[in-house]
Order: sequence, then C-alpha cells, then structure tokens
Amino acid sequence: MEIKATLIRDELYKEIEERSDQKILNCYQCGKCSAGCPAVAFMSLPPHQVLRLLQIGSNEEVLRANSFWFCSSCFTCASRCPRSIDISKVMEALRFLLYRKGITPLSQDMLDEELEKDTPQQALVSLWKKST
Amino acid sequence: MKYSYFPGCTLHEQSKSFNQSTLASSSALGIELEELKDWYCCGAVFPLRADDIMSLLSPVRTLIGAKKEGKDLVTLCAACYQVLKRTNYLILEDREKREKINNYLEEDYKGDVKVLHLLEVLRDNLGWLGLREKVSHPLSGLKVAPYYGCLLLRPAKEMTFDHPENPTIFEDFLKSLGCDVPDFPYKTECCGAYLGATAKDVVSQTVYNILHGAQKRKIGALIVSCPLCHYNLDFYQGELMKEKSELTPIPIFYFTQLLALALGLSTEVCHFEEHRIDPLPFLGVIK
Amino acid sequence: MKKIGVFVCWCGLNISRTVDIERVIKEVSRHPQVVVSTDYKYLCSEPGQNLIQKYVEENELGGLVVAACSPNMHELTFRSVAQRCGINPYLCEMTNIREQCSWVHDDREEATHKAIDLIIMTVEKVLRSDPLYSSTVPLTKKALVIGAGISGMESALDIANAGYEVSLVDKRPYIGGHMTQLSETFPTLDCAQCILTPKTAEVARHPNIKILPYSEVVEIKGYVGNFEAKIKRKATYVDWDKCTGCGICVEKCPQKTYSEFERGLKERKSIDIPFPQAVPFKVTIDKESCIYLKKNKCGVCAKICPAEAVDFQQQDTIIEEKFGAIVVATGFELLEGDDLAEYGYGKYKDILDGMQFERLNSSSGPTSGKILRPSDGKEPKELVFIQCAGSRDREKGVPYCSRICCMYTAKHARLYKQKVPDGQAYIFYMDIRAGGKGYEEFIYRSVDEGNILYLRGQVSKVFEEDGKLMVWGMDTLSSKKIEIAADMVVLANAMIPSQGSKLLASILKVGTDEHGFFQEAHPKLRPIESLTRGVFLAGCSQSPKDITDTVAQGSAAASKVMAMFSNDTIKVEPVVSLVKKEDCSGCFACEIACPYGAIEHEEYKGRQVAFVNAALCQGCGSCTVACRAGVVDLMGFSNKQILAEVEALLWK
Repeated sequence: MEIKATLIRDELYKEIEERSDQKILNCYQCGKCSAGCPAVAFMSLPPHQVLRLLQIGSNEEVLRANSFWFCSSCFTCASRCPRSIDISKVMEALRFLLYRKGITPLSQDMLDEELEKDTPQQALVSLWKKST
Repeated sequence: MKYSYFPGCTLHEQSKSFNQSTLASSSALGIELEELKDWYCCGAVFPLRADDIMSLLSPVRTLIGAKKEGKDLVTLCAACYQVLKRTNYLILEDREKREKINNYLEEDYKGDVKVLHLLEVLRDNLGWLGLREKVSHPLSGLKVAPYYGCLLLRPAKEMTFDHPENPTIFEDFLKSLGCDVPDFPYKTECCGAYLGATAKDVVSQTVYNILHGAQKRKIGALIVSCPLCHYNLDFYQGELMKEKSELTPIPIFYFTQLLALALGLSTEVCHFEEHRIDPLPFLGVIK
Repeated sequence: MKKIGVFVCWCGLNISRTVDIERVIKEVSRHPQVVVSTDYKYLCSEPGQNLIQKYVEENELGGLVVAACSPNMHELTFRSVAQRCGINPYLCEMTNIREQCSWVHDDREEATHKAIDLIIMTVEKVLRSDPLYSSTVPLTKKALVIGAGISGMESALDIANAGYEVSLVDKRPYIGGHMTQLSETFPTLDCAQCILTPKTAEVARHPNIKILPYSEVVEIKGYVGNFEAKIKRKATYVDWDKCTGCGICVEKCPQKTYSEFERGLKERKSIDIPFPQAVPFKVTIDKESCIYLKKNKCGVCAKICPAEAVDFQQQDTIIEEKFGAIVVATGFELLEGDDLAEYGYGKYKDILDGMQFERLNSSSGPTSGKILRPSDGKEPKELVFIQCAGSRDREKGVPYCSRICCMYTAKHARLYKQKVPDGQAYIFYMDIRAGGKGYEEFIYRSVDEGNILYLRGQVSKVFEEDGKLMVWGMDTLSSKKIEIAADMVVLANAMIPSQGSKLLASILKVGTDEHGFFQEAHPKLRPIESLTRGVFLAGCSQSPKDITDTVAQGSAAASKVMAMFSNDTIKVEPVVSLVKKEDCSGCFACEIACPYGAIEHEEYKGRQVAFVNAALCQGCGSCTVACRAGVVDLMGFSNKQILAEVEALLWK
C-alpha cells in the first residue's frame, strides 16, 4: 500500500484522536491489549491491529472491522497498556463514527419480549448507549 | 452509621434479591441506608468519548442530590459505582469539563460527595473482625470464590477500589463469613457485559471460561456485586448447561445474600426464586 | 566605566534560524558602554576566538559578553580567551541565547527581542563585575568507593594500582556485588565466579585497599579534596579476626531464615557465609532472626565455635576518615511487587525473576545447577521467558529500557536448553536490543543452538491452572493470541536503583534522576561526574548497564580520581559568598539556609558575626537571600549585579 503524509494523518484520524483523547502513535505494538482481551477471538482485527492500521492510515479497513462491536469496555486492555493508552476509548470513538452513520449491530427484533423481561435494565441501557 | 443509598435502576426494579438482602443485612449490622429522595439513572456506562458531556449530567444530578443530604453515598451495583465514582473523579480532576458540566446545571458541583461501595463501608467502618463477630451462622464448609468482574476495579486510578490484578476485599469479606476461599484467577475476567443481545457467542464463551475455571478449582459458588454479571453467569449458565455436559451447576450469589444468611436473616430477603441456577442444593451443605 | 565588547554567535543555524542576529548587534551597539558589537558563525571555533582577541586588543575592552550557548558548554572556553587577552576571566560573561532563547521559541520577532534583552542584562552585569581570583586548598589523596560490586572493585583496583589508598565499602557482608550471584555471563558464557574471583582476591589482598564489608556511609561533610566521612560498621556478632570460616556454627545453627543471596529459593541459617567463594570468608549473624539476639536463648554457635569468635555483645561502630574523592557504585536491584501482578509474580512459586533463574543455573545454587521447579522439584519442559517485565512501561513499572534483559534472557534460554535438551524455551519480546560487541551474534547462535521460539509481543496474564502456568500472550507478527501451558515462567524484571540510593544521595548532596539513579553532570559529555565536585559515578548506580560497560565506567571514574590526585592541591572557585562583617547583625539566618555548613561564627568588635568558609561554600547563594540586611554577597553574582540585570529588563 502507498503511504503519504496526507493519507496517514487525515481528518478521520484526527477525529478519532480527538474523540478518544488518546494518541494513537503512542502505541508500540506490544499486543498486550489483544493478549488479555476477553473477546479477541471474535474480533476481525485484534485491538493492537486496530491501532496499527490507524497508525499507517488504513482507516477504512478499521471501520470495516467488527472489533469495536465486540468490545465490552471491560478496561482490561487499558489497565495493562504499558503506553497508557485507553484502547476502550479508541473503540468508543470508532463505534461513534459508525453509529453516527446509522450503522449499528442492533436490530428491532433482537430482543424478544421474554428476554427483555429477564434482561436487567442495566444491560439494556448499556447496550443502547454503546450501540446507537 | 448513616449513609445515603443509591439503588440504581436494576436493584430498584428487577434484582430484589440484591436490594432486599442488602437493606436487611445493613440494618442488622447497624448501617442505615437511606434511599436518596431524588435520584436518576446513572446511565449504566461511563461515557468514554472526550466530547460526551451530556451523558455526565444525570450522574452529576444524582451526586448533587446526595450532597444536599450531607451524607456519604453508598451504592452496590458495579455499574452505578463505576459511573458515579468516575464522574466524581472527572469533576475533581478536569477543571475544563467541570465548568462545562456546571454550565448545564442549576447549581455547581465540585466533586465533594464521597461515593462508597457497601464493601468499603464494611471494611472501613465495621472492620472484618467486627463483621466476624456479628456472624451468627458461619458459612463454614462453603467453598466460595469472588467474581469481581471489571467495573469495580478498572480503571484502578479512578476507581481506587482495590488492586486491579490482585484484589482481596471480597476474599476478606468471604473469610469473615466463614467461607473457604480458593484462588480464582478468572475473578477479574470480563463476563461479556451487555453483549448478550448483539454478540451472544462472546458471552457464552466468557461465561463458559469463568464457570469452567471455577469448576476446575472445585468452587461451589461465586459471589458478585453486579446485576449484569449475575445475569450472565446465572442465566447463560442455564443455557450452557443444555449443550455442555461437562458443566456442573455453580450458583451465583450477590454477596449480600450470603451476608444475610450468615447474619441469620430470613431467606425471604434473598429472593432465591430469582435465580435460574438453584442455590438451595449448594446451601444444603451448611444445614 | 568599562568598555564592553558584545560578541553574538550564530551557532550555525541553531541561533540564527530564530534570532535576527543583524538586528541584535545593531540594537545592542546603542548601549553607551558597548563599543564593539559584532557576530560570527561559530565563536567557539579558533577563528572565532581569534576574532574576539583582535577586537579586545584594538578597542582596549574591559569586559566581554559572549551571547551564544549555555555557559555549561563554553564558559570555560571564552573565559580562557579573556585571560589570554589579559582580562580577568570573571569579567567575561555568557548570555545563553540558544537553550534559553532560540531553541525554545518559534516566533522570530519575539525571540529577537528576548535575545536583545538578555544581552543588555548581561552588559549591565559585567559593568558591575569585579575581578576574581581562584585559590587552592590542600587535598587528601585517599578515595572512598561506595559499593563493592564489579564496578566499585574495578574503580578501587585502578586507584589503588596508581598508588593511592582506597576504602571500599559495601552494605553486604561480602564483596563482589550481584555478579557473585550470576551463573554464566553473555556473550561468551564465561562462568561468572571464574572471572570474578581473581578480582575479589586481588581486591582483598591489595595493600592499598581497605575493604569495609557490612558497612554503610552515614555522613559526609567537607568538600572536594577534603571530605569527612562517617562509616558505620554493622555488628556481625562475630570477631572476624578470630573467625576461620570453618562453618561448624552454620551447620549447628537451628534457626533458618530468608536467603537474600538465593533470592528466597533456599533458606539459610541465621549465622551464615552466603556462598563458598565469599570474600571475606567469615560468618555473620543475622540479628533479625537469631534466637539468642532476640530471645536470649540458644547460643549454640558461641558454645561450639573452636575459635571463640562469636560475640553477642558486639556493637555497631563508627569509623571517621578523610577522603579526597568519592566513587558511587551502589548498583541496582530488581523491580518487585504489585507492578508485576498480572504476571503472577510473587504469587506462584514457579514464576521466577531473572536473578532467581541465575541461582537455579548456578552450580553452587539451591539445585546445584539443575533446572527444577521450586514447587515440586520437577524438570520444566515448557519454559516461558517474558522480557520487559515492568520495563518500558510508563503506566506502572518504569518507562526506561533496562538494557541487559534481551541478552540475559537469550543466555537463560540457551543454558536451559543445554540442561534440558528435550525442553522448549519461548521468549516473549518486543524488540531485541543487542547493541554490544558480539551481542547480535550471540542472540542468533542461541536461537540456533537452543531452538528458541521468539514470540513478538507482550504477555497479558499468567495464572495457575491444572498444575501448569497458563500464559496468555500475543504474537503480533502473526496477530495470533498465544496460550502456553508452561511449567515455569521467568520474568526479566526491570532494573531499579538499589535500595538506599536516595538516602545516600542526600548524604552526599548529589542529585538523582526521576527514577532514583544518580544524576550525571552531563548525559553526553560528563557521564562519570556528579554535579558535586569530587563525587564520581560508576556502574548501575547511574543507569542500567551490562558488566562490560559497568567495568568501563568503574575504570573511568578511577581515572577521574587519579587525575585529581595527581595534583597536590585543588583549585577552589572564587564564586563564594562574602559577609560584610561591619554590617552583620549576627542573626545567623544564613547559617540555617546554608546546605553545606559553610557559615561559621567570628568575633568582630566584641560581637559574633557570620563568616563564610570559602572551602566549604559551593556558591549556591542561599545565604544571600536569607540575609535580611543584604550584607552577604555571592562573588560574581553580587546583589548589585543581579539588581542591575533586573533593572535593565524593567527600564529598557
């Protein structure tokens, strides 16, 4: 792939940094985030690769991934990151970019009534806030 | 010992087992929990976007309400605790955001309400020895491990609840009740949180790992402080049992349910009927 | 009034990029006392210095202002130029328009203004400068080396071989430091003891070296050339003059305790010699665990000692001695505790640190050199090494690279494979830093001979499961999460300054960096010196380094000491405080303010007044600020000079 200054620090990259308040280039790719992530097996890109692709300007590839929808904001990555990057905040910024465009993993029929009755409010509110 | 009490939505509505066992036990221990007159949903998740100010207004309103009552604020649900405590931290540490938030509010808030988890009250005000003295029905013989989950502990700098990798507060609590507490490395692994509806596979997997890890260590039951952890570990356990024959049932308790039992309170406050995995066979050991 | 010459340096583009030099010399030349105002591309160069000399001679200048870099860099250069021209060096001052102006500003307009202000301030100062003359004091040609590890020993030997006396102090009861604990050394796999023992033996028998084991420096007074040290010899409860090292007492002692030398892998007796090659080969009683010293019972050692050497009444003693120079070689230790909790360090027995693994490998160690699990004594077949455990971690642990871990981990893996041929070693690493002679080759020979699998990434969690240690790591090259059920895990813990460094630094009045390592005077050009004259740094006390570099720095520190000792006197800077005694009220606020104990009392016209001992004064100026009457002046920075500078800025 071609790399150019204008490609790697585009508006989208800056927006992700701003909304997450994290400096993506701080990541030195140790992969500790991915090693401890409870959902890494389900992600199309492990967390450290999300950061790497952002570093090299492959933003679109990142937005096509599903990783952030599998992130439960458990902060395991953030609490162990040797570079003090809160990856869960980067994931949140990415989710925001997508649901702003109307893309969300939620669908109307996802919760049947019975499930809705049993599921704690906490789960429903969380899900709603994290997906829309 | 008087405190303001923030039950949060789930305890207020669904998790009677958590709420009532808490109120009954506290009162038995001389800890008065007075429900806030005016409280709002905490928002369930702490807003992680730097520009999301709106989501902070509701927890700040609750904190202002608590300030008016002039007592420390006690909460139980891990999510509520996380949101209220991190909001407080942000208000204290981030002047710019504090000003922005206060611009939206009728009155200024400076972050001066102390947000406590009931476990902290037990540890710091009653003391583990004090608690041990109040236990009339020791749970000896019960092999119980704590399941902390995520929100009580992380991020450690903001939560300052316990060490994020090697927490011990639940262990100390369980030992005070007379339980046998084994090492349980999965105690800080995520249960999958709210992903159940959109990514059921994740929750099935994380719950399986936790339960299987407990089973390998011959742990009879787990205690939690989060309705969502409880739901995932209890409800999904029921689902998993259908397909994974190797799993044996591991009842999931709110820590206050075991507290109520150890204090000799009526089992009615525990609302065991809310459990999917029946805890009674396990509890039979103590009788 | 003096005629002043102002010389503005471009420093190539360093200054001229941001400061408009042409405008600076024009503006400055308007000052009535400035008769020369000129510039040059590199004033520190020979033509630059000659240029200054030419202007001085042609214009009969009485004072010089050189606006260039930091005086830390070139004050000496330009003051020498002044001296060559017959001007007292202290009538030449530098204005720092590089570090304090061009480098830290972007705006050319503002930087130019600032440069002009700074230069005019210096002009006003030089106009009020008086000539100063340095003096000399006698020098004690005896060195104190603190820390008897490989670095301190090397330093001591070099100084001693040059014919000077050395006292070599160590807090442990033996000399040799951490190297005594090592098995083999990279990149040659030399046996550590085999290359170390000739050194320890030489140190012990050297007529010019006095070794003071089990001792600590508790007080340093005085100044360069004439330090007065108090050294505490901790009680060993054994008369070492009588002890023959026969070891009967060790055998019979009923009390076991934690062994620092074996890092807890084996217990030791309360009375003990830590290892077979220990120098001096004498027993020491640990007062924390000894039954007799704690409960007044037992005393078996005293009863059976054939030399009657055990002395429970022994007390700590203080030695007082004068030294001309001090070498700090206090070494390192490993990061421990909660910062490494995710790796299960301190929680599971089969998770070791690098030093513990050295002990396992050592033929005199707890397993006689066999690689066995501390938990069950079984040979581990799957062994995981984790590099950067706590290093390069700015969230917790330390942000710096500990420098030696890449190499010793490769060595560990290779030694393991030699001893357990059917075993597999895995190394989690982030980068392999092998920048020493023969190091890169060593890494790949180890990969080749040891069949080591290097996994590029960090480990997030280690915990016990089914009798194994479950390691969750990442291989970022394949983007695969790696799970290894290991039999043993070895961490390359971060290196941190040895315990007590901070306290020693305050005793020596030298600085430490943000991590607690001793601060060198300049990171590039004065890495051996501390900021206190006469105190030199060696080995890991200054920063993490390997044995090669440690030995080199030990020798370097020795050469600094020797250079000093090759003179009979030592030059003392004239930048010291002076009390105008007729105006001194004798309140002695200056005495409280002085961190060097340089203020003395003097009788003047029937009353007590303050007097500055010029040899002790370091020219910090604290006293001048403390003096309410303003009668203490720091030479070269007098009150009238400083106020003139301030006024130049205010009334420009």
